[in-house]
Order: sequence, then C-alpha cells, then structure tokens
Amino acid sequence: MPKKKIGTFSVEYLQILDENGNVDKKLEPKLSDKDLLKLYEYMFMSREYDHRMLKLQRQGRIGTIPLSIGQEAAFCSATLPMKDDDWWVGSYRELGARLMRGEPLVNTLLYYGGYEEGSFNPNNDRTLPIAVVLGSQLLHAVGLSYASRLKGEKDTASICFFGDGASSEGDVHEALNFASVWNTPTVFVCQNNQWAISTPRGIQTKAESIAQRAIGYGMKGIQVDGNDPLAVYSATKEAFDRARKGEGPTLIEAVTYRMMMHTTADDPTKYRDDSEVKEWEAKDPLIRMKKYLEDKGIWNEEKQEELAKDVKSRIEAAVKEFESREEFKPDAPFDYVYGTTHEIIEEQRERFLEDLRKDTENA
Amino acid sequence: MPKMTMVQAINLALHQEMKKDPTVVVLGEDVGVNGGVFRVTDGLQKEYGADRVMDTPLAESGIIGSSIGMAMGGLKPVAEMQFSGFAYLILPQLEANGARMRTRSRGQHTVPLVVRMPYGGGVRALEHHSESKESYWAHTPGVKTVIPSGPRNARALLLAAIRDPDPVIFMEPKHSYRAFKEEVPEEEEVLPIGKAQIVEEGNDITVISWGSMMRQTIKVVDQIKEERNTSVELIDLMTIAPMDYKTITESVKKTGRCVIVQEAHQTLGPASEIIALINDHALMYLEAPVKRVTMYDIQMPLFGRENMYLPSQGKIRRAIEETLDF
Repeated sequence: MPKKKIGTFSVEYLQILDENGNVDKKLEPKLSDKDLLKLYEYMFMSREYDHRMLKLQRQGRIGTIPLSIGQEAAFCSATLPMKDDDWWVGSYRELGARLMRGEPLVNTLLYYGGYEEGSFNPNNDRTLPIAVVLGSQLLHAVGLSYASRLKGEKDTASICFFGDGASSEGDVHEALNFASVWNTPTVFVCQNNQWAISTPRGIQTKAESIAQRAIGYGMKGIQVDGNDPLAVYSATKEAFDRARKGEGPTLIEAVTYRMMMHTTADDPTKYRDDSEVKEWEAKDPLIRMKKYLEDKGIWNEEKQEELAKDVKSRIEAAVKEFESREEFKPDAPFDYVYGTTHEIIEEQRERFLEDLRKDTENA
Repeated sequence: MPKMTMVQAINLALHQEMKKDPTVVVLGEDVGVNGGVFRVTDGLQKEYGADRVMDTPLAESGIIGSSIGMAMGGLKPVAEMQFSGFAYLILPQLEANGARMRTRSRGQHTVPLVVRMPYGGGVRALEHHSESKESYWAHTPGVKTVIPSGPRNARALLLAAIRDPDPVIFMEPKHSYRAFKEEVPEEEEVLPIGKAQIVEEGNDITVISWGSMMRQTIKVVDQIKEERNTSVELIDLMTIAPMDYKTITESVKKTGRCVIVQEAHQTLGPASEIIALINDHALMYLEAPVKRVTMYDIQMPLFGRENMYLPSQGKIRRAIEETLDF
C-alpha cells in the first residue's frame, strides 16, 4: 500500500515595520496615536530603567539583575492589546511590560535589591510575580485562563512569556498541550532572544522555528520579527481576539536578541562574538519605532527630549524611594508563609526576633 | 601542596577523573563553552571534547533522565544542576528511576550517577538561588547525599562520588566556592562516602555541622575553646544520607553534650535525624538536651534579609554556651 500524505503544514513569518523603518501599509495595524505613543514611551522607559539599574548593580546598590535591553518590542507590544483583567504571566525579561501593567517602578528595585516587598504588583492583581524557574509559569497561564472561562468571564484571556531556553523544559510541552486540549484562551509568547546564558538557539532545538511546534499541538502558531513592534502587536492582537471568541490558544515566536549579558553575573565575551551583537544593534526596536512615529508626524526631537526628561525624573524618584525606604520589618518573611496561623511558626518568629536582638546587642 | 579554592579543587577532581576514566562524562546547562556559571567545569570541554562535556538544552529533568540512561549504559555521568533551586524538577526521575533501578532490577541495572549542585545562602543571590534543602534528597532511599565543606574534602569526596556505584547528590556550598583556599594535594585523595569526619577531638561537647556552616562553626568553637578552656569535639558530617550514626553517637557517649548547626529548615532537617539517632543510641549518656541551630520553617528570604536569618555566629555561640552550662 502506498504511503499517504496525511497533512501538509506551513509556518508564517510576519514583519510589518522593517529595520529601516519601512512599513507594509497593507499589514499596518490600526492603532490610535495614543496607543502608539504609549507603546513607545514604555519601550523607552524600559530601556532607560535597565541602563540605570545596570549602573546601580555595578555600584553594589542592588543585587544581580537580568536586563531586557533589545527586546522591548516583543514584551511591550504583546502587552498592548491586553485588558487590565486579562491575566499577565511573565518570566523575568519583560521589564517594560510589567510597568505597562501598572507595577510601580520602585518594586523592581526592591525585588532586585533583596526585599520581598517588591515582588508583586500592588496595582493589578492579575499580574503574577517574576517566574525564575524557567517554563513553570506557562502552565499557570493555562490554568488561569481555564479558571476565567469556567467562572463565566467570557472575555478574559491570559498571556505568558518564556524564552528559547525555557522552551526545552518539559513544562512548556505540557502547557502547550494542555492549552490545546482544553482550548483555553491563552496567548504564549516565546521571546526567542537566541541565547540561554551561553547556549545558542541552535543547540537548544534543531527545529527551524519554535513557532512550528504549534502544529504538533494542534494550535495556531506564527513567527514574528520580535523587534518589530507592529508585527508583535498584530500577532498578539489577533491571538487575543481569537482567544476571546473561544477559538483557543496561540503560540507566537518573537525573534529578537539579548543585547546584554544573561544577568549581571554573566560574561558573554566568554562565549559569543561581538560582531553578532553589532549586527543586531541595527535592528533595534526603539530606533525603528521612533522613526515610524516621526514619519507619521506624531513625534519629534522636542517630544523625545521631553520624554527623556520625564522618564529620567520618574526613574530617579524610584531610586530615591528605594534608597530612602524605611527599614522594613525584619520578621516580614514570617508573614506570608501560610494563610493560617501556626504555633510552630510563631514560636520561630519570636525566637528569630530574640536572636536578632541578641545578635544586634553583641555586634 | 598547591593552595586552591573549592571551585578549583572540584575542577581538579573532574579533570583528573576524566583523564583517568574515559567513561566519565560531564553534562549540564552552560558547563561546556562557558565552563559553568561558577566556572567549576572550566576547561573540561576544551580538554575532553564536546562528546564528553555537553552543553545540554535547558531541561533539568532531561539532563537527569538521560544521565540515568547513560549510567545504566556504562557511562559515569557527572551532571550539573546550575542551582539547587532548579533541581526539584529532577525529583520524579531520581525518585522513580535513579534511586530504584538497582532494587527493581535486583542489581541487574545500576545508576552510578553524580548530580552536582551549588546550594545555600549568603552570596546576595536571586530568588531560588539560596536554599539548603538537603532533606529532599536525603529522604530518598537509594540516593546518597554528600556535602563537602572545604576545597580539600570537596575534591576527595567528589572522586568518591564519581566512583560510587549508586546515585550521589553532591551539594556544593557556593558560599565557600571562593571564600577561602586550602592546600589540596596533586595526587589522588579519596574520602569515603557515608563517613563523618572528626575534625577535632574533644571531651566536653560534640558540635556537628556540614557544608558552608562549618566555617562559622569552627570560628565559634575556636573562640569558645580559648575563652572557656573547653575541649570540643567537632564533627563534619559530610554525608547526610546514609548517615554515619556511629561516629556521631560514639562522640556523644563521650561528651554527653551536643549542638548541631544546619543551614537547612528546622522541620525534618538533618539535625532532626541526628537527634533521633542520639536518642536511639546514646540517650542515657546525655548531660544536657541536644540543641540545634537551623534556618526557620519559612521561605528563604531574599538577600536583603538573608544574613539575619542564616545561623549566625551569635546563635551558634549561644547554643554551645547554653548546652555547656546546662
């Protein structure tokens, strides 16, 4: 019996605004000036804040941080089509997107400065804390969107971010499969930034793309230029629209580049060529977004200077708030261990405070 | 003898054993080109090639599951978990397969595997990078859990771990990775797994610790010995499981007093087991209740507060003094 063909598949790649600022008018999304400016402002703020935090880290004023520099289009544009009551589930390389979700700037400093007080978003309770354990958060996004649907929230969807490195984790496979089987309103965004610390994308997977995995799970998938804010926006917007209509999950691979070290504890000169970084500098999402806004006549150098000034003052205010903070209560780590009170924990809290008093006296 | 850090000493053990035994392979995230995020595997890939020193895809369970296969297939994998906080993903593979294969196959298939992982606090690290949860592994029969405390014993214990016929969890106190140097002999030195080491003999009190807590404990013990003219028996536990109950209980029979210092959480930490063993074998010799200094039963705080929470020299001192004065 001859072999039969049981299916043919293709994977689409979307780019709307190229690195030279040329825009494909047919594909150009209908975004209001207000939204476009909001997007650019957050991308810019994310970049500036990262640079500022890098300095703070180098001066020993905060601890180790991962930087999101170069990937601003991927996470900010993917967050733009979201409603406040959609669930936002990140990893740790989506700084500007967290800010778009209303997280106070100072929280990032508190968290990376070593204080639990900064590890949540007080302004949006549908934003999860940073997920350090790679890939674990995708399943949560599936569960969250399942819960929304079961509770009758017809219009709510969830998004989750992960990287090309995390894509190798078993949890990622499980999450994509569950989402597809349950047809959950979940948008998966893989920020393929080419490097998992020192491991290049090429030895993370031998597949041509990460987007094509969607086929294996029976869901929609697309690869987009992750440094093209319009392409990322369009793909995510479409994914959210489909999710809200009950048409299930989508996997979006945003092809981008980690311009900096993995974290400030990493030294990329040990494993990657600087010429590669230089190549990607030309594809910077901020440059092309700015040019796009200028070409549209809604941006100019004067506005840029104003924005830079405003962002700087907001960042400096956050730094000041972080550094002039009241000393936090030392036993705060005992506060949220359980939702119920237990004598053994309270006994340990008292012992801790007593020990701390004695240690301080003898110091 | 050359003086080296723990990172260098572990690196030396890996180099020497890979050279000597072609079945030894090293695998993990960033262990090859980058030489590991702490540089513990530095230079190995250059020397022994990418077939024996593998940068793997990012998947802890995948690393250990395939290592179990390699081990059954005649290799001796030394797998690295980048941080112990990411290693819980290997528990299903280890518990269901690695730990049980010898039993299930009645000795036909064995898993001579080493899983190295940096653990512990005090280095201002990110969330999930500072825990001490040796109990998870020690609670798994069939798995040996080893924690060195300094460069010299790290090198000697790692050699023993690689040559051991069973899975060994090898927890490296990252606080001690570069904190101090010790003389480490060029020539091979092996310490047995399953044996605690009496670092110093004494008669008045037994003090037991392991891993990065040893340094703190030694400092306090040295001060107390001098101030009080006391003789302290100091034990480095080194193997958490299977535990060397004889060395512990013989010492307590002699001294009648005991303090245990652990970085792990209190509940069901190794100290709990040590106290139970003393209860089984040396209760009637005790002159004072056994005291333990531990981390509390809460999530390891982020680094802004971690030093308040880790066993401090003050806490260790007070525990020893109260036990001596009881």
